[in-house]
Amino acid sequence: MTNLELPSYLQQSASVKDRFERLKNRPVSLQVKNLQKEFLTPQGSKVTALNNINFETYKREFVCVIGPSGCGKSTLIRILAGLETPTSGEVLIDGKAVHGPGPDRGMVFQGYTLFPWLTVKKNVMFGLEMSGQGRISSEQDALQWIDLVGLTKFANSYPHQLSGGMKQRVAIARALANQPRVLLMDEPFGALDAQTRAKMQSYLHEIWKNIDITILFITHDLDEAIYLADRVLVLKAHPGEVQEVIEVPVPQPRSPDQLLSPEFLATKKRLEELIHPPEEDMTINEDHLNMVRMVSVDNDVDSVF
Amino acid sequence: MKKLFSVTAKLNSKQRILISIFSFIIPLLIWSLISYVPYIWHPKVEVTHIGDVSYFSEGMLIDREVFDSEVETALSQSLEVPRGNPANPVYLPAPHEVAVALYTAFTTEPKRRNEKWLHESLWDSIQVIFWGFFISSLIGIPLGILAGTYDVFSKLFEPFIEFFRYLPAPAFGALAVAILGIHEAPKIAIIFIGTFFQQVLVVSNTTRKLDPSLLEAAMTLGAKRMSLLFRVVIPGIITHLFKDLRILLGWAWTYLIVAELIGTSSGITWFITQQARYKNFDNVFAAIIIIGVIGLTTDLILAQLGKRIFPWEKGRANS
Repeated sequence: MTNLELPSYLQQSASVKDRFERLKNRPVSLQVKNLQKEFLTPQGSKVTALNNINFETYKREFVCVIGPSGCGKSTLIRILAGLETPTSGEVLIDGKAVHGPGPDRGMVFQGYTLFPWLTVKKNVMFGLEMSGQGRISSEQDALQWIDLVGLTKFANSYPHQLSGGMKQRVAIARALANQPRVLLMDEPFGALDAQTRAKMQSYLHEIWKNIDITILFITHDLDEAIYLADRVLVLKAHPGEVQEVIEVPVPQPRSPDQLLSPEFLATKKRLEELIHPPEEDMTINEDHLNMVRMVSVDNDVDSVF
Repeated sequence: MKKLFSVTAKLNSKQRILISIFSFIIPLLIWSLISYVPYIWHPKVEVTHIGDVSYFSEGMLIDREVFDSEVETALSQSLEVPRGNPANPVYLPAPHEVAVALYTAFTTEPKRRNEKWLHESLWDSIQVIFWGFFISSLIGIPLGILAGTYDVFSKLFEPFIEFFRYLPAPAFGALAVAILGIHEAPKIAIIFIGTFFQQVLVVSNTTRKLDPSLLEAAMTLGAKRMSLLFRVVIPGIITHLFKDLRILLGWAWTYLIVAELIGTSSGITWFITQQARYKNFDNVFAAIIIIGVIGLTTDLILAQLGKRIFPWEKGRANS
């Protein structure tokens, strides 16, 4: 990181401070209490993937979860989705404990997981039909959601005819069509190229602003986390524990010009410190390869510098 | 030329058709070489002039060594020398003979009144295959899907089926006749036994290959047990299932020949054995080729049908 004079990431402007004040007065939409997850390895020893996780998100808040590999962030979101059961602890949505997957939580996966045998429209209709809504009204609803993600022209296309970004937009529309309370997103843009990714981040913010939805978004990209989130939940690995919950001091609404603002850089510096702590043992430098010169002496280009 | 043999290069459609035609021309060419070029193989001599050899008769096929030694004997005793042309054994007819037989086999009246025409025999065979395969699929596909979806059913069915599939289907021939009589039923049973056990295992394997994240996505969208099975598992595997069935249908044909020998011999196998008895090997070859043509044609039709009924497969990378 640069050693420019950066403000502390804890320093918030008056309007940001005021916004967080109001945000924390909203009702709690998702609450995680003393969540514990242990696995048995094939060798029979016990591994703690998540240890005593506690946090809550407020209504219509955007929370990013970030952490080094092995911190159990995927396990966490799978438990929230109901795809895995915790060893102990509780997950509450609007105060009600959840058991198993349910339509109150939508999920967008990293792999696109669209049903390849259904058209875009039928994919979006899937959840609506599962909830018992009739064919005609679910078709109408689906078309609205498809319009919202800008894919009306592709309503009758099959997933394999779409690009990665378009597939993920369909996946978002499909998850939102059920009108869940919370949208869980597991590194949804991880497989996209940088440009598409930036576009998708703006789309997502646009959707979030206009819909009554709380978003919990997993990423390993620091910029993405800061750019998207109201608050960032930082996990640490072995065992997975909440290390810090950072209130992002970058004012809303966000725009790409903020990527170089002092608040942004200060937050990024803090995240860097948390996720890649300075190495204690400096004797082993893994970045340096044990190379000898393998270029012949009379090579046309003697040095690359 | 270099491009043709590059590992990753795909042929264009014209090249593909051309080379596919070659895959039939090459064996035909080898067959023609052996049949028409004298001295390539031709281990026999067809006698055209018997000379003074008492046991020869015109049109007789004699081993070449025997013929040569008879010629030598005749020469040394200054008797009339027999003449003949190199020939192949009777069991290898030339391509043109088989080609003619492909037509005449259908037009030749059966030797006895109660015997069947070739097309009737073929129709019998197709019916046996159809019923054997149909009954097997009717039970095998649902069991396979259940075993592939639920671990309980997998452990309940598969160990026994794994054991049973090693038992050769023809071994049940006598039993099938004892239970089901001598006509069509035991034959259908043999096709069933030959297909069913493989089918369950193949289908359950295919079902297990379904991307589990599709099931997870469906669950987060509110799908429960039955809708998971009918709205996700089955449509998710159906294209692969269809390919499996095409391959299994091919296997069913291999059991047909054994099945038709059980009880009263019938169908295309009856025709083949009958013609072999009369030494009409051109008809035997014709019948074998007809089986191949029927098999290949059904497969091509099913492949086209697949493209029709699974529109999402069109233009999708083969996975």
